[in-house]
Amino acid sequence: MTGTGIGAAVPRREDARLLTGRARYGGDIPLSGMVAAAFIRSPHPHARIGNIRADSAGQVFTASHLDGVGPIAPRWDGQGFFPTAQRPLAADKVRYVGEPVAVVVARSRYEAEDLVERIHVSYEPLPPVSDAQQALRPQAPRVHEDNVLYRWSAAHGDPDAAAREADVLLRIAIGSSRCTASPLEGRAVTAWHDGRTLCVWTGTQMPFLIRSALAHCLGLSENTVQVIVPDTGGGFGQKMHLYPEEIVVAWLALRLGIPVQWIEDRRENLVASTQAREEQVELECAARRDGIVLGLRAHITADVGAYHVFPTTAALEPLGVAQILPGPYAVRNYAYDILAVATNKAPTGAYRGVGMTVGVLAMERAMDMLAERCGLDPVEIRRRNLVPDDAVPYRSASGLVYDGGAFQEALDRVCALADYPRLRDIQRVAQAGEKRVGVGVACYVEYTGLGSATFRRRGMVDIPGHEAAAIKVDPGATVRVYLSFPSQGQGHETTMAQLVAEVLRISLDRIVVERVDTMSGPHGSGTFASRTSVAGAGAVLRAAAYIRERATAIAGALLEASPKDVEWADDRLFVRGAPLRAVTFEDVAQAAYRIPQGSGITPGLEAVEYFDPPAPTFSSGAHLAVVEVDPRTGFTRVAGYFVAEDCGRILNPLIVRGQLLGGIAQGIGEALLEHSAYDDQAQPLATTFMDYLLPLAADIPPEVRTIHLEHPSDRPGGFRGMGEGGAIAAPAAIANAVANAIGVQVTRLPLRPEDILSLLERGA
Amino acid sequence: MVNGQARELDVEVRKTLADALREDLALTGTHLGCEHGVCGACTVLVDGRPTRSCLMLAVQAHGHDIDTVESLGTPDHLHPLQQAFWEHHGLQCGFCTPGILMSALWFLRERPHPSREEIRELLSGHLCRCTGYLQIIEAIEAASGATGGRRQ
Repeated sequence: MTGTGIGAAVPRREDARLLTGRARYGGDIPLSGMVAAAFIRSPHPHARIGNIRADSAGQVFTASHLDGVGPIAPRWDGQGFFPTAQRPLAADKVRYVGEPVAVVVARSRYEAEDLVERIHVSYEPLPPVSDAQQALRPQAPRVHEDNVLYRWSAAHGDPDAAAREADVLLRIAIGSSRCTASPLEGRAVTAWHDGRTLCVWTGTQMPFLIRSALAHCLGLSENTVQVIVPDTGGGFGQKMHLYPEEIVVAWLALRLGIPVQWIEDRRENLVASTQAREEQVELECAARRDGIVLGLRAHITADVGAYHVFPTTAALEPLGVAQILPGPYAVRNYAYDILAVATNKAPTGAYRGVGMTVGVLAMERAMDMLAERCGLDPVEIRRRNLVPDDAVPYRSASGLVYDGGAFQEALDRVCALADYPRLRDIQRVAQAGEKRVGVGVACYVEYTGLGSATFRRRGMVDIPGHEAAAIKVDPGATVRVYLSFPSQGQGHETTMAQLVAEVLRISLDRIVVERVDTMSGPHGSGTFASRTSVAGAGAVLRAAAYIRERATAIAGALLEASPKDVEWADDRLFVRGAPLRAVTFEDVAQAAYRIPQGSGITPGLEAVEYFDPPAPTFSSGAHLAVVEVDPRTGFTRVAGYFVAEDCGRILNPLIVRGQLLGGIAQGIGEALLEHSAYDDQAQPLATTFMDYLLPLAADIPPEVRTIHLEHPSDRPGGFRGMGEGGAIAAPAAIANAVANAIGVQVTRLPLRPEDILSLLERGA
Repeated sequence: MVNGQARELDVEVRKTLADALREDLALTGTHLGCEHGVCGACTVLVDGRPTRSCLMLAVQAHGHDIDTVESLGTPDHLHPLQQAFWEHHGLQCGFCTPGILMSALWFLRERPHPSREEIRELLSGHLCRCTGYLQIIEAIEAASGATGGRRQ
């Protein structure tokens, strides 16, 4: 390791800009002559659109103006998929509160919102569908021709035989409520057509897919659309979708010939950006008296809202739940079926932990309930069921191949870190006091770094699967790195530069990671599903290796030595055994463009490399949460938190810790606070940050103690993705801890004070 | 006065201070995360006290001193508070950061030797969706040390 290479705790290089107010987010893009757009959105969950009338001079644009502009119509290659097509501005019918119906532009957002108030849309309300169970009834109103947007089932082994053999048959129903990613910066889109190129600034996680999708929807050639990703204020999956507003703003720029900007406000974000989760998992768990799980059967019903989202579709979340559900446990017999059901609510999409958070919640709750039935300690029952460390690589009952992980080791070490026996003693003593103390454990596996093979096998045809990096060394020896995957705060300008510094043994100061721009950068899928340190890093390492090979050859020519004898250290290249026969990296960069006579050097020092991971690589670990519940108020405090996790080799410990802590905080929110509530008429109730409660500093445990196991993967660099682990395991660990504290079975999140009081009432 | 300089502006009465700072003075370091006074991203100092600039009209700032994140350090010369956030990885996407910096600046002036608990309390006026807060608490604690504060 160099001081700045892989494993170094390098403070981030993007921070100077972010700390001094010099960052440029989506709402900070100034173009002269720009107008502001504002949307007229449906107040009804389900209605026919009648007349749209403007009582002022301002022009309003509706679906009829956008005739011929393509709908959002995600594809899926496989059985059981009922497609939907969402027009960028609703035509004929609206299907959720907040769906865009019309758009106006004005010189300022203030004036645009004045215009919105003068647009009158008449609606003929239709009966709404407010939840999945209602949607499945035969007489239910139709959101689409078929309310089931995806159905799928699969079986591995013989779960029927397992149920017959079982001593214990546990049946539980675990519910996860609808929540939303809530990045602190909402979405923002700015578009301008210069007569040749449509340029769109949008804080998307997947600029190349947005470019393709916009070109497709607008009937343009892809090479005339440019997507630039400005500084982005968080994404967490919400910004990995194509949205109606992106299409409409781009269309307005084409139509009006002036730059157009739309900045989402918080209410729009809370009602009309994608939401997540909202699943019911009915789980049947067949076990022996000694706690060994013989088989699992899961029925997963997801309330996916009004439309499929592009590119993930509504299948992604429930299919993810089904695939991850057996988790790190050696279960051989498993059957599942999935229903993704349309309702008149905002579409659901990706959110940190997609599928895995709910899958882990269901399985880990089942483990605790089974432990109780079998009279076992929750840690002991997990030990008995975990895949042994020497059995990895391991093919799970759902067909996932865990390429690494030491599940027993993680559980043992988190228990040692937390001093588990002592925690149980403390808990016993505390029972006499006013607060109830609970301890909860959750084990998990996390699939990361998916490539084209995995996406195709699932049926996801709209996601390419590869990432790419280009490196250009200029004659001044500045190393510019161009990526296909933008950062929403993860720190690519630092970590990807560290990879280059590691390979080239040059100073970090020489390396500049450029913002992602589809016109100058190489093609890829984007930043989601914990893929950067696997797919992205793979591409960067390959590109850097090619630069190293080229630079070595140039140095060899300059030094009149065989490239095989050239060594690298600290910005210098020298002949092995003769350190004074040396050139600097600057000499090499110069020589690549000003070829010395007779040197035989071929010009240029550039590389473009792609990496398409052949299969997912798995992170894993165990979380342990300690909570205090006040039975008088129902208030839960997370008093202690412990993690033993394996994300392979660590690229930058500061950033790994940041991802972990941030994920745990989101998990605490999902477990204890957050709920995108709707009433039974499908009206959204959480439309401000006073109703949608995000975790505050006061909700976070005083410290999170962590152990990293660091078993490297086979991927370039040995990394495993780790962006989601915190958010995957924390809700389950906290749910288990709360159940343990109050002695009442917890089957639904979130566990707000009122939820806990009603659980206590029912338990008493 | 904005960031120590006298500034004169004609603004619509209804315009918020946040929008005037961002649009009329190009001080886009002040961010809008909710526009209803909860998230704290738009926090600036008004006469030295932290204030939600989304809940204040620009005309109300007439005759008052406004300080925004741009009044702190520059990329080459970070303010000690910014330096502490940088060293402790106290930010990820950075969107909430300017508001937190301005609150913390006031806080450390009022309470140069805060306890961790007091820092948590201060931070509970701000939403951060990325960091999970602990690294922000550590950064503010370190900054208090750097400015001569002692831990309790």
